[in-house]
Amino acid sequence: MDPIITSTLCVGGIGLVSAAALAVAEKYLSIKEDPRIDSVTEMLPGANCGGCGYAGCADYARKIVEENIELTLCAPGGPDCANAIAEFLGRAAGAVEKRVALVLCCGDNTEAVRRSAYNGIADCAAAQATAGGDKACAYGCLGYGSCARACPANAIAMVNGIAKIDKSRCIACGKCVGVCPRNLIKLVPAAAETHVLCSSKDKGPAVKKVCGTGCIGCRICTKFADEGAIVMDGFLAVVDYTKRLTNDEVVAKCPGHCIRKDDAGNKETAAAS
Amino acid sequence: MTTIRSPHTFHGGIHPAYHKDLTAGATIRTLPIPARLVVPMSQHLGAPAKPVVKAGDTVKAGQLIGEPSGFIAAAVHAPAGGKVAAIEDTVSAAGRVCLAVVIETDDGAERQTMPALKEWRGVDRKELAARIGEAGVVGMGGAGFPTHVKLSPPSDKPIDTVILNGAECEPYLTSDHRMMVERAQEIRDGAEIIRHVLGAKCLRVAIEDNKPEAIETMEKAFDAMDGDVAVVVLKTSYPQGSEKQQIYSVTGREVPRGKLPMDVGCVVENVSTACAVWDAVVNGEPLTRRVVSVTGDAVTEPSNLLVPCGTLYADLVAACGGVKGKAAKVISGGPMMGFAVGSLEVPVSKTTSGLLLLSADKLTCFTSQACISCGRCVDACPMRLIPSALSQFIEADDIESAEGVALMDCIECGSCAFVCPARRPLVQHMRRGKAAVMAQRAAAKSV
Repeated sequence: MDPIITSTLCVGGIGLVSAAALAVAEKYLSIKEDPRIDSVTEMLPGANCGGCGYAGCADYARKIVEENIELTLCAPGGPDCANAIAEFLGRAAGAVEKRVALVLCCGDNTEAVRRSAYNGIADCAAAQATAGGDKACAYGCLGYGSCARACPANAIAMVNGIAKIDKSRCIACGKCVGVCPRNLIKLVPAAAETHVLCSSKDKGPAVKKVCGTGCIGCRICTKFADEGAIVMDGFLAVVDYTKRLTNDEVVAKCPGHCIRKDDAGNKETAAAS
Repeated sequence: MTTIRSPHTFHGGIHPAYHKDLTAGATIRTLPIPARLVVPMSQHLGAPAKPVVKAGDTVKAGQLIGEPSGFIAAAVHAPAGGKVAAIEDTVSAAGRVCLAVVIETDDGAERQTMPALKEWRGVDRKELAARIGEAGVVGMGGAGFPTHVKLSPPSDKPIDTVILNGAECEPYLTSDHRMMVERAQEIRDGAEIIRHVLGAKCLRVAIEDNKPEAIETMEKAFDAMDGDVAVVVLKTSYPQGSEKQQIYSVTGREVPRGKLPMDVGCVVENVSTACAVWDAVVNGEPLTRRVVSVTGDAVTEPSNLLVPCGTLYADLVAACGGVKGKAAKVISGGPMMGFAVGSLEVPVSKTTSGLLLLSADKLTCFTSQACISCGRCVDACPMRLIPSALSQFIEADDIESAEGVALMDCIECGSCAFVCPARRPLVQHMRRGKAAVMAQRAAAKSV
């Protein structure tokens, strides 16, 4: 037989057999996937930040559809995203509170004392492991930018030796929270505007010795703030974000200049406001 | 007793300037008990001790103030009598926060010791090891591994050689050197106790050849000892005092990766540890004091001081005539493996062998550059690792790959950073990487 005919028959035959096998497999072996998973994945922002606690957007979408978990876990997507998915799935969205990361320290290079020179690797964990860090305050921001490097949204900038978070860019994924060796970063409601930007648990005189903008535990703020909105944790004032803090007077009254409104810059502007 | 010149030495290593002449001739001075002692509960490798006293209590010298929690742990005793002022956090020289018992000392001479076991030869080996544990004896060379653990190897790992580590390869430090010169008899007796507890055949005293005075006193002290005893003179090379390197130099045996010295039938103990073992067994004295070399060109009167653990570095410096000129860098330990400290409010622990104060003249600050792949670190690494690759993996946060090229085998001796022409802070990278691995392992365990 002509080799052309032989090869044509062979290849064609293999093709036909394979096609038949595939047709059978399609009918009997196929895995049914809920098409809604793909649609929900499309609706999520696709940042794959992991802030929801699942391995990326597709995984979260699968959990939403299959296990009916809350729709409110996606911080980057926010309420719009949750509502869209809720409408699509015919479920109630629930309230999403947009959160942002906040660095609870404002002792920059002008205000906070550095007790020693550090010329090692520019990494906060490495600096912390070298004699406990070069900052005299054992609680303050070391300023070597580990959080900024961990941020997938480019929302953290190092300004004068301290990490500043751009609220508008923060997607609240929580990556920075995990890398800070001093546990200074917390996720707080985006609506909150007034914060106590200090984490020092030391007594007043000890704080004053090492930082010009630290909480000295004087309790003045607890008197001026709305009922229970600022509470004392030992010698440190802490904002209770479950309450609403609307009274701006606390900012001016704080003798440590560490209670600040968002975007209020340094001591002077904070005092002026 | 014989003296052997070691025929081999370990792979790699470096030859830094030793600067030992500052204190090598300084006789050990006993520091008066300071008014305030901050005794850390973590002066050893393993779980920190649990304080068993509370603020306001009166303690006697030698009284147990921290009990070990777990097997790899060590007891902590009061170095002096007085009142417990507080139990609070302190920062160790390595930068770790741990609990410390603060004692306001009085001049009470009363000591609380354990019963002396003068006739230790007739005492059960297990009991001797337990006594050494009760006395809180830990490796005084630097790592602080609890000695009673080393002295209780499993029965399927027979120990045939005890090596007494008197290499003291770290530049500047002379505390072990002075111990060998001044406490030769006590070290000898301690070594005999260690050999007895382990049932070992051979005893080797390893000393680098740059300490002829110590070699001579050790030869004399061990001369009359029976059994297979020898002083081994090692080539002066850093890190000759590191356990695995020393075992090779002394016996020619290599400790396999991930194994311990006992897997090749060896136990290495520092000479000061041997002295502490003697004190614990023969006198019933817990380990509460040690010799610290306070040295460097920024110290007025460099000295070797016998100090109670818990003495603050500031007191040590004051006892040596204070700071000469201006100290630009303070290091707890030696310049190679020590820790830079940020303040002098750090307490001496059982593992503090030296305090080094350097002036700005002795310091050079380098700017780290990219690795030029010259391979000098590979030649220098006594563990045969590839520090260049390791550091680059860690810099890229690829801890898994770093672990794959034996990150955890790094002994942090600093030989790689010493030779690096690009001045890369290699040891800091290693320490950071190792800390990340340990954190990962701890997290995996807690899940």
